[in-house]
Amino acid sequence: MPGKLKAKIVAGRHLPVMDRASDLTDAFVEVKFGNTTFKTDVFPKSLNPQWNSEWFKFEVDDEDLQDEPLQITVLDHDTYSANDAIGKVYIDIDPLLSCEAATVISGWLPIYDTIHGIRGEINVLVKVDLFNDLNRFRQSSCGVKFFCTTSIPRCYRVALVHGFVEELVVNEDPEYQWIDRIRTPRASNEARQRLISLMSGELQRKIGLKVLEMGGNAVVGYLQCFDLEGESGLVVRAIGTACTLDKLSPGTAPNTTTHTNTHTLPNTAPTSNACNSPSKDSKESPLAHGCRSTHNSPVHSTCSSQRLSHSQNFSVSVPTLVFTGMGSGGSVGKEAGPLKTLLRQHTQSALEQREFPIFTLTCFPPGFLVHVGGVVSTRSVKLLDRIHNPDEPETRDAWWEEIRQEIKSHAKALGCHAVVGYSESTSICEEVCILSASGTAAMLNPRFMREGCLDTGGSDHRLSRQPHPGMVGSERGEGEVSSTWLGFEDASPPSCGFVHIPYDEFNMPFPAQLTYCYHCRRQKVPDVLFTTIDLPAEAEVTGKGCLIQARLCRTKKKAQGEVNATSISNLLPFMEYELHTQLMNKLKLRSMNALFGLRIQISVGENMLLGLASATGVYLSALPAPGGIQIAGKTPSDLSYDQHISTMQKRIDDTIAKNKELYNIHPPECIEEVVGSPIPDRQRSSRLFRSTSESSDELSELDLSHGKKDAFVLEIDDTDAVEDIQSLLTDAPIPAGFYSCNTEVMPGIHNWTSGLQMFTSVRVYRLSNANLTNQGLNKIFTDLCENLLKSLYFKLRSMIPCCLCHLNFTVAVPEEELIQVAVTAVAMSFDKETQQAADKALTRGSGENEEQLQFSMEMCGESTISNNQPTAKPSGVPESAMVHSSRVSSSERCSPLPEGRSRSLRSTRSLPCGAPVTVVKMTPLSFLPGTRIVKYLGIINMFFIRETTSLREEGGVSGFLHSFIAEVFAMVRAHVAALGGNALVSYSMKECVFMENPNKNQAQCLINVSGDAVIFIRESDQEAIPPLLTSRQTSSTGADGTT
Amino acid sequence: MSMELDVFVGNTTIMDMEVYQLWLDGLTVSDAVKVRMDEGALLECEANPEVLTSDTMDQFRTFQMCERLLHSPTKLGSQLLYQIPAQNQIILIERYYEFDSVFAREVLGKKLSKGTKKDLDDTSCKTGITLKSCRRQFDNFKRVFKVVEELKGPLVENIQRHFLLSDTLARDYAAIVFFANSRFETGKRKLQYLSFQDFAFCAGQLISYWTIGAMGAPTVPDSMMEDMDVDLEKEFLNELKDLKVLVNDKDMMDQHKILVCAALRGKIKVYKLMEVNFKNLSRALINLASKLTHTKDVRDLFIDLVEKFIEPCRYDRWTVAEITLFLTHYTNAAHCLGTFRHQMIWDRYMGVIKSCILQMYHE
Repeated sequence: MPGKLKAKIVAGRHLPVMDRASDLTDAFVEVKFGNTTFKTDVFPKSLNPQWNSEWFKFEVDDEDLQDEPLQITVLDHDTYSANDAIGKVYIDIDPLLSCEAATVISGWLPIYDTIHGIRGEINVLVKVDLFNDLNRFRQSSCGVKFFCTTSIPRCYRVALVHGFVEELVVNEDPEYQWIDRIRTPRASNEARQRLISLMSGELQRKIGLKVLEMGGNAVVGYLQCFDLEGESGLVVRAIGTACTLDKLSPGTAPNTTTHTNTHTLPNTAPTSNACNSPSKDSKESPLAHGCRSTHNSPVHSTCSSQRLSHSQNFSVSVPTLVFTGMGSGGSVGKEAGPLKTLLRQHTQSALEQREFPIFTLTCFPPGFLVHVGGVVSTRSVKLLDRIHNPDEPETRDAWWEEIRQEIKSHAKALGCHAVVGYSESTSICEEVCILSASGTAAMLNPRFMREGCLDTGGSDHRLSRQPHPGMVGSERGEGEVSSTWLGFEDASPPSCGFVHIPYDEFNMPFPAQLTYCYHCRRQKVPDVLFTTIDLPAEAEVTGKGCLIQARLCRTKKKAQGEVNATSISNLLPFMEYELHTQLMNKLKLRSMNALFGLRIQISVGENMLLGLASATGVYLSALPAPGGIQIAGKTPSDLSYDQHISTMQKRIDDTIAKNKELYNIHPPECIEEVVGSPIPDRQRSSRLFRSTSESSDELSELDLSHGKKDAFVLEIDDTDAVEDIQSLLTDAPIPAGFYSCNTEVMPGIHNWTSGLQMFTSVRVYRLSNANLTNQGLNKIFTDLCENLLKSLYFKLRSMIPCCLCHLNFTVAVPEEELIQVAVTAVAMSFDKETQQAADKALTRGSGENEEQLQFSMEMCGESTISNNQPTAKPSGVPESAMVHSSRVSSSERCSPLPEGRSRSLRSTRSLPCGAPVTVVKMTPLSFLPGTRIVKYLGIINMFFIRETTSLREEGGVSGFLHSFIAEVFAMVRAHVAALGGNALVSYSMKECVFMENPNKNQAQCLINVSGDAVIFIRESDQEAIPPLLTSRQTSSTGADGTT
Repeated sequence: MSMELDVFVGNTTIMDMEVYQLWLDGLTVSDAVKVRMDEGALLECEANPEVLTSDTMDQFRTFQMCERLLHSPTKLGSQLLYQIPAQNQIILIERYYEFDSVFAREVLGKKLSKGTKKDLDDTSCKTGITLKSCRRQFDNFKRVFKVVEELKGPLVENIQRHFLLSDTLARDYAAIVFFANSRFETGKRKLQYLSFQDFAFCAGQLISYWTIGAMGAPTVPDSMMEDMDVDLEKEFLNELKDLKVLVNDKDMMDQHKILVCAALRGKIKVYKLMEVNFKNLSRALINLASKLTHTKDVRDLFIDLVEKFIEPCRYDRWTVAEITLFLTHYTNAAHCLGTFRHQMIWDRYMGVIKSCILQMYHE
């Protein structure tokens, strides 16, 4: 069904001088869509032309509307020679195709040239008329809404979660076509930009079609990636979670948004698809075997399949680790058994149809997540081959399908039916490609799979500023719920239910150390839990969390083809294992027992592999306290050696004590007496392990020798281990006033002010010495990351107290001796005074549940407005926020000025030239503290290439990249503003590929960014909100207490 | 191992104003790092020299990239590349256009040409201001000069509108533009004792009272007011010739003297000397007025004031109070001369001359 696209070119400003003689420009504009092109008149001799063109109308199919971008080219008219292009603007009109998103694109957009960067701005108006309203969403996928946000968007209510959608499209990369030899870099870059824009559109349309087939109307957690496979082609792939969303009517919106905030209600159906046995391959490598037996802690390797197919299609599936929280076996509670079986049966039936019970969401409504098993991940090494037929990208599809199957089977092995917090990534070097996927095995509540019972009243974790808001929206739907499920609910109190093990104690997939839940004392919990999801809102956390990173560098020999792929796949398990060990050690050193948002990236280069694992560590109150770390020499030795060991032991103990203080981890001590249940001795020391060499033989030997011991010991037998401990202890402490995490928000901090600063930082190191050892490399890599963090803290020092949230590290090996680290995060300041109060309440709360309950129940009865509950921060939110901002703005220092204040200031004093530029906030989070998102305007997904042949003149590589990133931000902001928005949430920079050739004075960079354009309003602007919020908190606390 | 690339880009551009000042002062990155270390930057946030260097480099790069925009400050508000909070924009601009008065004093009255720019290294040596900073300040002068030179309307307002500067700074720039345009002599040895502020004050007086714009200009349509503030009013300068009557007409001169002496008797210590020198002083001021039709003499206005009036007074050890008294009565007495008919011109002339002399009368 056709539609009509209308565009009007209004004016230009700040154009570059194109005619040296007159210092002016004779500009005109070409507007192109598909194969139709319109031109404006030439506006002679001006750098600020006013075209005021007519409406250019394109009558097109809606399929084209989805695929094609509107292309606007600004040119300089030249009577005697060819017209010079000034630059281009690509406008994605997808947001205009949904009636609920933007209705018009209007505003100043930067004119971009891939060689010169931004060259002035152009003011345009774009509208779309879709014909035949009735049939509007049927034939193409126009109208399907896309969200990058990995939770249910704020102003929507989820009616149904349909499940996993994926699609990939491939094409030849214009950069590698023969024609590229004869065309200019500009033409080549533009061809690439245009192609990727087209492919993204096509991909989105195809995914949209799948969603429509499933009966949904939206994709949440949409994750689109590019694989630049070089000669073999260009792959654009995307995954997401199909949902049916209902727009909340404006009347209910404020109310509901406050609590749908963090949660998603994927009412999904995970499958328990009869998947094959987890170790789907017979051939378990000795190495993987070693891993398993070594650790009584959380490593489990499920499978290692090596499949060498014919010459060209080489593939190695790598032994994969499944992280869960496991210890040595504890005693077993019988009562849970039957319930689990029951649940399993019910879920199975509900999930049977799903091919992949996989969800890209990371935040869920309370009660949705029943149990979490642990992290499941899979990596596979592939040899790239030219894609012969772009229309049938079967190989790539098959690869990913294989990986997803494997993920599914891992989840099954953990007794789970579904995988949540799922993501996929690749790392490509020459013709070798590592495909990775990871997620969290989970058991989901089947109640959410039924239609129409999702009126959740869950409290919002973040906005409510409540340490552990317990419960649980599902209460309202309760009436309809069958007794079976009620019974089930009883078995798993929401604040701790998700940590209860999903697998059967009698038939555990690996040796595990189980204890009774420290919260409800009825169910079994592991001693450590690793997940890729965000901390559930209902989780009870003691103290604060912190960013925990494991970093690893491994050299490898340069090789080609299959040899290369094999050597990489041989290295991978070691790397995963070591990263995991590092994570465990660091977690224990911080006296924490769970990781959220775990993301392990392994990047391949020609002669090395980089591994970086980031996660947010927390102390879950429901899990047992972690034991300390004990050091022991393997061999008996002389006195000085013993002394050395004891010094180190002391340092470790001191660090642990210090960290406990720092993160405010003071778990209640009374639990054991209360229960008197067979909880294993908490004083037992846990043993830490590390693999010491790449030889699998040695490793398995080690495993055998220590696997059975009770003591958990860090061996410092070899130099590696010493360095390990050193690095453990030399991890720089975070400067006072700072916190950091890679999840959406920091557990334990709730009173955010509106001050925030999103940033991207990129560093590239050149390794001068080619013959570095693994240790040397490790040190360099660790220092690189640590120094980067230090620099960030220093840069953002004026925002103290503040937390760096959603710290997202990306590592790459762009060239043989280069290491590239890119970080994107948001710094958010919070209120110190009230924080302390909240801390106190928190500590108390976790210890004295009963009393807290009573207290909050009393509060419930009082007027809601003055309702300062003990757990929440005392005074009203807006007040404290104001106190904070006034303090900061009055202070002399005006350096890193958080975005929060800029808006109001701008409104009070406008600069004399025309309308002030709209301030657009950007954040990788799905929300902006102190604000309410009132409308989602559509997805922003932009791809830019920038190239220079005058690198030195542009300030070297740093100058070049600095201005390019600034330009990308500017273009994103401008497009958000043109859609009528004032913020971009769930922002991410998915690709930042940087190549340089200093000898030729050249450099090139590709950047891909995405996010959701939104309109937000300040919560303090409307007085109705805070009381509502408070009352909601209170009731939720009350509910919490009853469990 | 070396850092090949190191960038930090915030959605809101982060600018440390202390570092900005170091950059404006023309320091190199390593010097700036040293200064910051001396100021205790390492104590903050557990920084180390590496962190500080990285931060300084990054900040310097940011400022350098913004410099282009600072050249036309109005663009800073409408550009999209850097999201800079409005009050930071104001500070950025203001500080960028601030200048060292020592430097300004050196350049004052010189032609803002390439030649002068080439001599800046001398100026830099003389003033101790880095060459880079000198160049920035010089370029600022030149840029403001070029923009407002062509514009119609009040000078200070034009500068404020196009460069978004504070009132005080805009007035200083107006003085610089005014001096550069009229090319007043300021370099002579005898004028060395005068500071930039002295000249800026005088320029303010001249702009306010002696230009076309000075005399109730608002009613005149814009098109008629070309260069209204930059050039002295020709007609007025011509009319100044009429003042000659005060010295040429002997009766009038005597009468004038009698009136002034009567008013000052017993009030100033230097009365005797004043009585003796009255004719010389009066002649000096009136001759100065009548010569101002010649551009050359306009340029010499300040040196003439010093040589013909200030120095004799200083020689006779007049105090500022005495000069004030003298000039007040000297001006007022002319009104009592029955045959003197140029009261308006006289007041317009003497008002400025008086305040200039008072400003300039110091060691």
